[in-house]
Amino acid sequence: MTATDVRLADEGSANTDLVRSEDALKARARQKAGGFKPKALIPILYIIFLLLPIYWLVNMSFKTNQEILSGATLIPNDPTLRNYQVIFNDPSWYMGYVDSLIYVLMNMVISVAVALPAAYAFSRYKFLGDKHLFFWLLTNRMAPPAVFALPFFQLYSAFGLIDTHIAVALAHCLFNVPLAVWILEGFMSGVPKEIDETAYIDGYSFPKFFFKIFTPLIASGIGVAAFFCFMFSWVELLLARTLTVTDAKPISAIMTRTVSASGLDWGVLAAAGALTIIPGAIVIWFVRNYIAKGFALGRV
Amino acid sequence: MLELKSVGKSVGGETHIRDVSLELTRGSLNVLLGPTLSGKTSLMRLMAGLDAPTSGTIVMDGKDVTGVPVRQRNVAMVYQQFINYPALTVYENIASPLRIQKRPKAEIDEKVRKAAALMKLTDFLDRTPLNLSGGQQQRTALARALVKDAELVLLDEPLANLDYKLREELREELPKLFAETGAIFVYATTEPHEALLLGGRTATLSEGRITQFGETAEVYREPRDIVTARTFSDPPLNILPVEKRDEEFHGREGLRFRASDGQRSLPDGSYKIGIRPHHLSFGTSEASDGLAHLDAVIAISEVTGSQSFIHADRGENRIVALVHGVRRVEPGDRIQLSFDPANCLVFGEDGQTAAAATRPLAA
Repeated sequence: MTATDVRLADEGSANTDLVRSEDALKARARQKAGGFKPKALIPILYIIFLLLPIYWLVNMSFKTNQEILSGATLIPNDPTLRNYQVIFNDPSWYMGYVDSLIYVLMNMVISVAVALPAAYAFSRYKFLGDKHLFFWLLTNRMAPPAVFALPFFQLYSAFGLIDTHIAVALAHCLFNVPLAVWILEGFMSGVPKEIDETAYIDGYSFPKFFFKIFTPLIASGIGVAAFFCFMFSWVELLLARTLTVTDAKPISAIMTRTVSASGLDWGVLAAAGALTIIPGAIVIWFVRNYIAKGFALGRV
Repeated sequence: MLELKSVGKSVGGETHIRDVSLELTRGSLNVLLGPTLSGKTSLMRLMAGLDAPTSGTIVMDGKDVTGVPVRQRNVAMVYQQFINYPALTVYENIASPLRIQKRPKAEIDEKVRKAAALMKLTDFLDRTPLNLSGGQQQRTALARALVKDAELVLLDEPLANLDYKLREELREELPKLFAETGAIFVYATTEPHEALLLGGRTATLSEGRITQFGETAEVYREPRDIVTARTFSDPPLNILPVEKRDEEFHGREGLRFRASDGQRSLPDGSYKIGIRPHHLSFGTSEASDGLAHLDAVIAISEVTGSQSFIHADRGENRIVALVHGVRRVEPGDRIQLSFDPANCLVFGEDGQTAAAATRPLAA
């Protein structure tokens, strides 16, 4: 016991030494660079270029309409929260966010729930045409959504599903299920098949194995898949707008409403846009450590 | 008792296991010996019930279990890779088969702690397997197999990925640990000396076929055919074509030696002799004590501690000798190697053993 303690203590001090030397290294590097590096200009410019529209949007959302129309100002002269008040006090505005979130979450749950068994089958079993089927799944993403808008509208009308959340959630499954299968398959193939077999040898039933042993191993994959489903469903406008009228209208469709007889309400539109970014940003925060792995589809 | 009756397995037109019949008794230690891809793992998977055979039947204690899935059998298996449940602690890993069997908590705790102590894992029970060294991970897997009290314990090259010292240690302990449980113990390995160290009974595998099954030492000493002898020899067996005329064997490159007592009765004709590398030694040219001599040209020599591997060419044949001591020889040197004909294995043209080594051999 004492031996372990001593060893642990040793490791601890070694760690702090390491941190210290790392700090020293960085400090030296900074000194050597002499403050400003011309090389740093490139990423800085790039980031400014990327963030400018978003800054402009946020900037606008705190301005009055007169100021927006009167010319460019970097900081609002007369900051106002009126635009946000309009959105949060009008159900027809804020319900847009609620509707969007509802169908996006529904879609996430359906996509991942459907993709898990499919991905497991693709990663573990050989069956006739498995490779072709796997590729075919991905080809579903190749067609533009507009192609599917009309058949979906017709189909959902026939079943009385128009203007419901589930209609949009199901329509988005067309893109998201293949993607989720693709991502999860990569993560699942990274888990040795012998783990499955060991579990069977130990006597686990399949459901018990799947939820107790397997799911924790691909938890980050599930997170990444859910994130991608969220992202695509959240930004998709065309199908969501086609399939809804009033009850499940997504926020992006509602934003087009600001065009009225009195002209465009720029400030409210900007505020709505700024609010639309927030859920995505929150989700990204949670999965930021796995995103790179997700883009590699688990095959890292 | 586990009986395999002419079991075969083919996948997609490729035959992995060909007509295997084996009888493994309770409490026995059985070694499956064969090179990679010889079908050791396939055979184990059939025994465990992970795969169903395409032909033949598997009988466990008089009960046909051919199609019975692994969940309903009482087997334990340890793979060459370190397979554990990464999401569970070592304790839960070892306890997992018992938890599934819904044993009382106190019993689980007792068994897990006992197995952990045997595998020297007591200090690591709260860690997860990925925070352990390779040896500890494999010991976790072995402990899980041990607590289960399985009727059939399958170890598929369990020590291949471990370092030398740990391997020695575990190899010694494993058979003892599992012998207490009275299980049928099957151990797959590619290394002949591992089979000899383990003892028990050995089945040699080649291309999905069992070439011989018997007491380990017996299989080593009296291989039934050339394939078995080759499988059970590391470094590889030297095979030389010879012609028997009267009481002498004549080979290529001026090889000529008198047959030993056991070989004298063989009819004249063509044979192949097998010489184990450690039976070759640096010889002297005086043909005195009935030794046979081989002339060869050194190709490579490797020194491993107290022994030297000598690879030498004889015409188009390459022969390997394992000699004692450190020998300083250079590639291109001409040397003479000698061996005692009594130590030779003699195979007929069909590959069957015509005369086994007549002298009791050391491994």
